[in-house]
Amino acid sequence: MIDTRGFGCPIPVLMVRETLQKEAPASLEVLADARVAVENVTRLARSMGYQVAESPDGPDFRLTLTKE
Amino acid sequence: MREKSWMRDYGPIVLAGLLTGVAALMLTAWGNPKNMGFCIACFERDIAGALGFHSAAKVQYLRPEIVGIVLGAMLAAVSAKEFRAKAGSSPASRFLIGLFVMIGALVFLGCPLRMVIRLGGGDLTAVAGLLGFLAGILIGIVFLKRGFSLGRAYPVPAAEGAVFPGILVLLLVLLLAAPGLLHFSEEGPGSQRAFWLGSLAAGCVVGAAAQRSRLCMAGGLRDAFLLRDFRLLSGFAAIWITVTVGNLIMGSYHLSAVSQPVAHSQYLWSFLGMALAGWGSILLGGCPLRQLILAGEGSGDSAVSVLGMIAGAAVAHNFGLAGNPDSVTDGTYAVGGTSAAGMAAVVLGFVVLLAVTLTHLPKKEGAK
Repeated sequence: MIDTRGFGCPIPVLMVRETLQKEAPASLEVLADARVAVENVTRLARSMGYQVAESPDGPDFRLTLTKE
Repeated sequence: MREKSWMRDYGPIVLAGLLTGVAALMLTAWGNPKNMGFCIACFERDIAGALGFHSAAKVQYLRPEIVGIVLGAMLAAVSAKEFRAKAGSSPASRFLIGLFVMIGALVFLGCPLRMVIRLGGGDLTAVAGLLGFLAGILIGIVFLKRGFSLGRAYPVPAAEGAVFPGILVLLLVLLLAAPGLLHFSEEGPGSQRAFWLGSLAAGCVVGAAAQRSRLCMAGGLRDAFLLRDFRLLSGFAAIWITVTVGNLIMGSYHLSAVSQPVAHSQYLWSFLGMALAGWGSILLGGCPLRQLILAGEGSGDSAVSVLGMIAGAAVAHNFGLAGNPDSVTDGTYAVGGTSAAGMAAVVLGFVVLLAVTLTHLPKKEGAK
């Protein structure tokens, strides 16, 4: 689980990218509190071969990245 | 399918760039200074002057564009359910960074948005600024890769996020109801202004479009180099192309490095001023325009960054740091630019940004 809440651009994307590059997990959960972070992480994950499912998490967003 | 994806990713940002370019052209046609339909740094500097924070008589006017941008962004954010009041991400450092971003921009004579608008008017002196801006962004990227962050912001009551937009509404009320309390330039760039309602409306449109599309001058180059993501950069390009085409159509495109409006040809300091602004923008997470948009979305940290910029404008003019435009006196062309004090301030700015950067890098593992 990566909690990107509260970080501004481009930190959420960098946090997720580092994990995907270093660990290449089969799946990864990401918490975000801004729509822009959701959009950017989704675009990054898709470009790295992951499917992205989004669900609400209270006032925030939970993204589930799954390797295609 | 691929076309749909392209439109989804690039449609809003290209449209925002187009709208911003058209709005800049219209504001200049309506009375704003040439190649300055929009300039966040210059307009915040004018607001500082209108409030008497500095006494440079040529740059004082409460620019409604700034009010409009923040209100447009706020309305767009509220309607999209994206208004989130947050604060607490190194506000004092943000104030300081904002201050030096402004000094760098005023040494160059324009924020990153005006830099693009100047390029779109054929102003070749702005190329030095563009190269400097790029250099500053690349410096910022080096530290982003090393883990630089100003830290998390945390949720605060919604009213906290409405304070900064509220202050701007109050200033607009002052402009309309009690202009005698404000300073107004009678000559120079501050005296050149579109009708207030047009300025406010153009600001609202640009603010809303920039909020929806995440338009950001610094983010465009940052994402292109750091993430190989060219979405934001396409907004940057759309502004440049729109302003260029518009100026060509209206006969106001002058491709030259001489006698450009509110610009100087002291290239080294244009380069260094925008390098400072570029690096600072990366540390803040966005250019001066983006800070206004984020402040409209409820970010108290971005509001503090903007207040830092307004303070920076006052410092720049009270201490004679801002660049002077090239001028012609008695038939002799005089190169403008910044003073020795301005040069010292830019150097100091690099030292301060380095200090802020180094104190916000992750601690090495094993360090006490």
